[in-house]
Amino acid sequence: MSATSSSIALLPLTARPLRCRNCGAERGPAPVAICELCLGPLDPVYDAGRALPDAETIRRRAPSLWRYKEWLPFDGDPVWSLDTGFTPLVEAPALARRLGVARVWVKNDTVSHPSLSFKDRVVAAAINAAAAFGLETIGCASTGNLANAVAAHAARAGLKAWIFIPEELEQGKIIGTSVYGARLVRVRGTYDDVNRLCAQVADHFGWGIVNVNLRGYYGEGSKTVAYEIAEQLGWRLPTAVVAPMAGGSLLTKLRKGFGEFLDAGLIHGQPPRLYGAQAAGCAPIVRLLERGGSALEPEVPRTICRSLAIGNPADGLFAARAMRETGGWGAAVSDAELVQGVRLLAEDVGVFGETAAGVTAAGALALARAGRLRADDEVVLCITGHGLKTLEAVLDAVPEAPVIAPRLRDLIPLVEERS
Amino acid sequence: MSVTVNLPSVLAAHTGGARTIQANGRTLGEAVADLAARYPTLAPRLRDDQGKPYPFVNFYLNDEDVRFRGGFAAPVQDGDEVTVIPAIAGG
Repeated sequence: MSATSSSIALLPLTARPLRCRNCGAERGPAPVAICELCLGPLDPVYDAGRALPDAETIRRRAPSLWRYKEWLPFDGDPVWSLDTGFTPLVEAPALARRLGVARVWVKNDTVSHPSLSFKDRVVAAAINAAAAFGLETIGCASTGNLANAVAAHAARAGLKAWIFIPEELEQGKIIGTSVYGARLVRVRGTYDDVNRLCAQVADHFGWGIVNVNLRGYYGEGSKTVAYEIAEQLGWRLPTAVVAPMAGGSLLTKLRKGFGEFLDAGLIHGQPPRLYGAQAAGCAPIVRLLERGGSALEPEVPRTICRSLAIGNPADGLFAARAMRETGGWGAAVSDAELVQGVRLLAEDVGVFGETAAGVTAAGALALARAGRLRADDEVVLCITGHGLKTLEAVLDAVPEAPVIAPRLRDLIPLVEERS
Repeated sequence: MSVTVNLPSVLAAHTGGARTIQANGRTLGEAVADLAARYPTLAPRLRDDQGKPYPFVNFYLNDEDVRFRGGFAAPVQDGDEVTVIPAIAGG
């Protein structure tokens, strides 16, 4: 099963058992994400008595998300996608001035390896679950970034991939999936329709659909964003984190990740306030937060931010709780604002993010204007995907480059005009 | 009204292995109540003590999320297809 050629003896990889988040029932490791008793979601169970590394041990390990393997849902050694994670944390003083806060960093998953979005993290976890269960075909329902990640990781591992996306997606997301040789299927309808189909696909074919029947293992990969932020800040916590919300899982896993490092004594202090951002054309989680209660009302998405266009987010309620209980809040921004967000992130930080990044940057600005961020705040923005994937969104928003003859006398007036 | 209900495989143990079953009622809620009466161990997996749907179990009526159609109050017609799907994550 091992795909590595290390001379060090590897321990065989196995997946952790699962427990229902709703009723607490436990079951053995399996490619199953739904409780047989109550249909609630299953989460991996860790051995509370396991040996945990200290900061120095972690620091000496390879710069990938597997440096935190004791908090990932496996025993033994991972076999695939060993070099994903540990993306840069970039300080952004110009953005801090714009937001009126003490300091800002961008967690830059636009350069995630190999597929340029944070979905590489969850797929790194899911593909090792597939290895542990001996599955030869993996797949996903995706708004684009996950499609790219599953296709790339599967190609490298030599697995077959069946990938389902809504018919209308950006070209970069479509080509960036099919180029890997994945079986890509475009489905007429929204992401929620695709997701429903994939629940039946997992049931019918027995494949490892990463965000359906491997979901319990897959989701744990997102926690590594929190671990990396804490380590890269010098083993301490920011006061606030702003992240985009689609299904809502990232917010809940950030909370879990920071909590686990606090429990392990690797960091100390108050957990950060968690803020979630959505596009106003698809903001069921922000609206649930503002409305209160526990009844999420699904929406039909109408936004150019296709990567966050999930009208029926499975983790919406848990994400709303994470924001409320940590003292954070949510923001919904218009399509025009999110395009401006992409530009200000590029101009202030030098990071070109996709539409979801624009939502996060514009959401942070909206939260600052609403007085939700404080002057002494240290804020981290989770920027989760690369802008080259969604060029369509900013085509009309960037200045057109002048065309000149290769003569200095043509250039001089241009420079004088633009200086 | 008689409708066809598609269940996920995880629930087939409660219907003697059947994943496609017929149910009767004028609304989705009545059809679910009909199933609940016929398959007692299935009942608490489809709805709570008050007969309301759980937030993590989704019902689709002819491919449409029933929350857009009034939930369990949605009227059903002869030949309608109901699909029960546990809530699933994003991507």
